[in-house]
Amino acid sequence: MTAADIKIQVDKVFKIFGGNACGAMSLVQSGAGKAEVLEKTGCVLGLSNIDFSIRTGETFVIMGLSGSGKSTLIRHFNRLIEPTSGSIRVDGENILDMNTKQLLAFRRKGISMVFQRFGLLPHQTVLENVICGLVLQGMDRREALRRGMEQVELVGLKGFENRFPKQLSGGMQQRVGLARALATQADILLMDEAFSALDPLIKSDMQEQLKDIQARLKKTIVFITHDLDEALHLGDRIAILKDGELRQVGTGADVLFRPADEYVERFVRKVDISRAVHTHGAFVTVPVLRAVEATEERCAALLRDAPGLIVVDGDGGQRVVTAASLGKPIRTVSVEADTLIGQSFPHLQANDAIIVTRAGMAVGILSREMVFRTLARSARAA
Amino acid sequence: MTDNFPEIFDTRGLRFAIDDGFNWIVANYGDLLEQILMPLLKLLGTLEIFLQWLPWYVTVSVVAALTYSAARDLKATASAAVMLLAIGCLGLWNDAMSTIALMLAATVVAVTTGIPLGIFMARSDRLRSMALPLLDIMQTLPIFVYLIPFVMLFGPGKIPAILATVFFAIPPVIRLTDLGIRQVDGEVVEAIVAFGATPRQKLLKVQIPLALPTIMAGINQTTMMALSMVVIASMIGAGGLGYQVLQGIQRLEVSRGLLAGIGIVFLAVIFDRIAQAYGRRAQKHLATGE
Repeated sequence: MTAADIKIQVDKVFKIFGGNACGAMSLVQSGAGKAEVLEKTGCVLGLSNIDFSIRTGETFVIMGLSGSGKSTLIRHFNRLIEPTSGSIRVDGENILDMNTKQLLAFRRKGISMVFQRFGLLPHQTVLENVICGLVLQGMDRREALRRGMEQVELVGLKGFENRFPKQLSGGMQQRVGLARALATQADILLMDEAFSALDPLIKSDMQEQLKDIQARLKKTIVFITHDLDEALHLGDRIAILKDGELRQVGTGADVLFRPADEYVERFVRKVDISRAVHTHGAFVTVPVLRAVEATEERCAALLRDAPGLIVVDGDGGQRVVTAASLGKPIRTVSVEADTLIGQSFPHLQANDAIIVTRAGMAVGILSREMVFRTLARSARAA
Repeated sequence: MTDNFPEIFDTRGLRFAIDDGFNWIVANYGDLLEQILMPLLKLLGTLEIFLQWLPWYVTVSVVAALTYSAARDLKATASAAVMLLAIGCLGLWNDAMSTIALMLAATVVAVTTGIPLGIFMARSDRLRSMALPLLDIMQTLPIFVYLIPFVMLFGPGKIPAILATVFFAIPPVIRLTDLGIRQVDGEVVEAIVAFGATPRQKLLKVQIPLALPTIMAGINQTTMMALSMVVIASMIGAGGLGYQVLQGIQRLEVSRGLLAGIGIVFLAVIFDRIAQAYGRRAQKHLATGE
């Protein structure tokens, strides 16, 4: 990781709520915990020595239970809450040194936010809400409306632009919140439990939509959640927060299989591993033949050493040969190597083996047995 | 013999001190204060003359139009017009107009100072904790007690009447502006700040629009309290319907007091309807989809 990759650098951030912050600060630096600080000074230790960095274009999930300080932490990135000490650099610039004018400009153009209970203006229409940030930027109203309509279409709310927020369902309201945040074209998107207030089905729709949008726009997303499945599904990296302290920062696999301490281990114990392990951790590489090479004898010979092989037809169609198919190439499903293993379950129910591809090129196969072995190994590790 | 409460110290000294202090203010600043408040008196005088000059059918039409534009209800509009006509038929037209003038002037002053005060109160918890007991006192202190200093400062007349009315009527609009702004959903306010709103934009784009129904309720209460003050204000020279009631008491004429009283009630009903209907309209978009 080079310096240029880092979008947000959080350095030794402390936040203490309450009047006697100075006294509490010295106590914290001498190593006191949250409970001790509260007892001795009456101050609440919100964040303690937070240190991490977020890379450009990644989805960084901050996870913790309520009271862990995650909502406090995310509000430091746009200074809705000021830290007691420490520094936060965005693109190398310490945002805590910004004066009022610079801060307003940063909030208008550099960073945007989506809220748990949407935070929409109830007296304005969907479209007016979406262009709210653009109007604050001072953009010409006609141009703002045009850009706003684009965002409304992007989140699939065309036809609803003149409704009021209360006339929409929760999922639709949050799409308005998302469109409003995307409209300013800020590089950084803060999402404070953005999907926590939604029904499970709507929630997974929104997660897919966010992944779609992220694949196209490549924002730097800071996502807050208390839901580990959501964190594993969306996050490139995950930070786990407890009582204002950072317990672990790492990829989903790091957190699941190499928990930093007992708290993280307890936290991840009940997670669905199939939603954290990728196909490339389970499949087996097999020989790939062109259709003309795939004679019956050759296939039989290769099957002695490999669990299967792949036959590519002249038109690019891929078929798989296994012992179960009695040496005959049969049609099956293909999945990319970086998909989650759980996504292959329905395919594996219908097929003995499926083809794993990298960038469209067939490289190996995945069978039920391989999946099971991987999951069993993972479960033991966790 | 009953035991009276013992006299711990002589209250005469305290009373003299208060009276002397106040007399000193009257002697030194009375003229200045009167000068400052001259524009207010002119506003009230002009308003009164204008309302009395306006032909009655124009006034009735304007009130009917206002009611209709607020309530969108023919029945309410008709009843407002009928009540105003009834005031005219009872021979109380000119008195009613001067009462309306006093009430409107006092309400305008109370609202234009009360809303900013309410906004300041919503911003500062310390200011709020100081202002709330003061507002409690203003609302519970017997009205007659206000009259004394105002009459001493300005002598009987319209200025003390309007000032006493403003003081009496202003607490609801201050309280409800403060309450309305404090009740605005914190996340909505946070959202607009996160998108780079200045404190002024936050106030004008979110806090005031969302607090508007509550503020309108405050304005409505202030209007009603201003109207209820007219009888008492008439004792110090406000004139209007209140003066008729006062004369009814002095001359023991039941009819005069009763008719003027009915006139006041009609005015109250008309203005209450209009103010409430505007309040409901302000709330409409907030409630759709419920």
